[in-house]
Amino acid sequence: MIELSGVTKRYGPNTVVNSVSLTIPGGGVNALVGPNGAGKSTLLSMIGRLLPLDEGEIRVDGLDVSRTAGNVLAKKLSILRQENQVAVRLTVKELVEFGRFPHSQGRLTAEDSRHVEEAIEFLELTELSGRPINRLSGGQRQRAFIAMVLCQDTDYVLLDEPLNNLDMRHASQTMGVIRRLATELNKTIVIVLHDVNFASYHADRVVAMKDGAIVADGAPGEIITGPSLTEIYDLEVPVHSYADRPVAAYFAIGSRPVPNRNANHRPPTKAVLATDH
Amino acid sequence: MQAMSTRRGPRPAPGRIRDTALLGLALVSLTVVSAWSLFIGVSDINVSDLLQADSSKMLLFVESRVPRLAAILLSGSAMGVVGLIMQSLVRNRFVAPTTAGTVDAASLGLVVATIWFAGVSVFLKMTIAVIFALAGTALFMTLVQRLRYADIIVVPLIGIMLGGVIQAAATFLALRYDLLQSLSAWTNGDFSGILRGRYELLYLVGAMTVAAYLFANRFTLAGMGRDVAVNLGVNYHRVLYGGMALAASVSAVVVVVVGGIPFLGLVVPNLVTMAMGDNLRRVLPVTAVSGAFFVLVCDIVSRTIRFPYEIPVGTVVGVVGGAIFLALLLRSRFNAG
Repeated sequence: MIELSGVTKRYGPNTVVNSVSLTIPGGGVNALVGPNGAGKSTLLSMIGRLLPLDEGEIRVDGLDVSRTAGNVLAKKLSILRQENQVAVRLTVKELVEFGRFPHSQGRLTAEDSRHVEEAIEFLELTELSGRPINRLSGGQRQRAFIAMVLCQDTDYVLLDEPLNNLDMRHASQTMGVIRRLATELNKTIVIVLHDVNFASYHADRVVAMKDGAIVADGAPGEIITGPSLTEIYDLEVPVHSYADRPVAAYFAIGSRPVPNRNANHRPPTKAVLATDH
Repeated sequence: MQAMSTRRGPRPAPGRIRDTALLGLALVSLTVVSAWSLFIGVSDINVSDLLQADSSKMLLFVESRVPRLAAILLSGSAMGVVGLIMQSLVRNRFVAPTTAGTVDAASLGLVVATIWFAGVSVFLKMTIAVIFALAGTALFMTLVQRLRYADIIVVPLIGIMLGGVIQAAATFLALRYDLLQSLSAWTNGDFSGILRGRYELLYLVGAMTVAAYLFANRFTLAGMGRDVAVNLGVNYHRVLYGGMALAASVSAVVVVVVGGIPFLGLVVPNLVTMAMGDNLRRVLPVTAVSGAFFVLVCDIVSRTIRFPYEIPVGTVVGVVGGAIFLALLLRSRFNAG
């Protein structure tokens, strides 16, 4: 279980994350959505102890992330940021092997090697395992990094926009793999997603952020509705239904601002109001 | 192609066999050339002299030839490894002790030690040089971290400029205290003065090179950036500053005993990583052997090109290393990363 209470992050005069409290019980795909600058990535980085908190507390299975030793947390949760270093010339296999570092400190045991093989197979990278990661396509590289994180074998996996810069095919493949991590391997996934439609189809829970706060939290069917999306993104989005799931047809609209709206007025039309747990 | 093979793996992977073969080949060539180098010099010594225990020739052999070889091997391997570590930690292929202000700071330290601590032991002078090298490297790191655009060219440029400023200070002091000749000896490496009793500090450098190997995986991870390193439970800042401190200390000791060896920390690691990738656990041993080999060959050239006179090895390394470096720059593979 991941528990956040009163988590705040400031950059100078700007409060990027403002006293967020949230509980994520184990299991499932939990999607963080919201407009640019809402604080999703900052929040995720704080959970993954890549950024220090200014206020509040984050616990992962009872461990305080700001106080627990790095190598202890590395066996409990893993985090993958958007910008991954690609200038480093490691092969896919070497990269994935480094995922075992928290367990083996670099001296791989037979069990470590089994994890490496499985992770490479799970992400269908067997044929590419000897290729340097700087010579992979964006999608392949993203899969290699996910394999590294999978190899780390943590209960909690945090992913920051893993579908960025991927084409239709690679984005859907990657999201499919992430879904399987939760379904088949019982991982708890927390994922920042830009495209609400991926959240609609693959997430079990959608948490929407805006201006550093959680503004909606619920099942995809509750959050991906016209009024709720209007509230989150300040944009009227037609929502259709396809294969029993809501699909936001946002690409069909231009940048029409919402009429008669001022910043301070928030009608209670959203599905579930954010509450402090 | 694999870095960390299994302890009980069913079969060694082909990449590992290739690595071992490469390292073996490098070691064999190093041994052969090392043995040869022992018999090059003004005084003609051959194997039969040693077998006959010719006392004067034996003395020369033990007092001069063997120490010189040991100094070459220790400093060459260490400077190669140190360059490799700096390139990984700063994540820039052009960063080396000579392009980060480290070597210049160490020689400034030596000037200061010679002027104001003239009576102290060599060990204390070395300590002062190490402190200066650490401070110079720390200053470089601070400057680089403040850069808004840490461009691949701008970073070493800053280091070279910083080195230039430090060197100017050293030259100024040396000029006022009549130490210019000593300064030029420290900045231009030379093995001709190496005798028994005057190179043993380099064993420290050997020990630090071995220590670097033990932390090779952490250096690789730190080279992938803070986020990846922290995610895998590595104390990023400790590894970054620890590694840079190790690099600065090694460079300073080499400057004290031998003098500056230009391009070595730049050219050798780049050649090795181009062929073998950036996994330090894999490439560090080959880099060490190649660094030693490179310096040894340059030293032999410096001893034979004007025989019976010698030119400083730093000059030969500068010419050869500079040529290799230019060739590297002009190759597209280097630019492509």
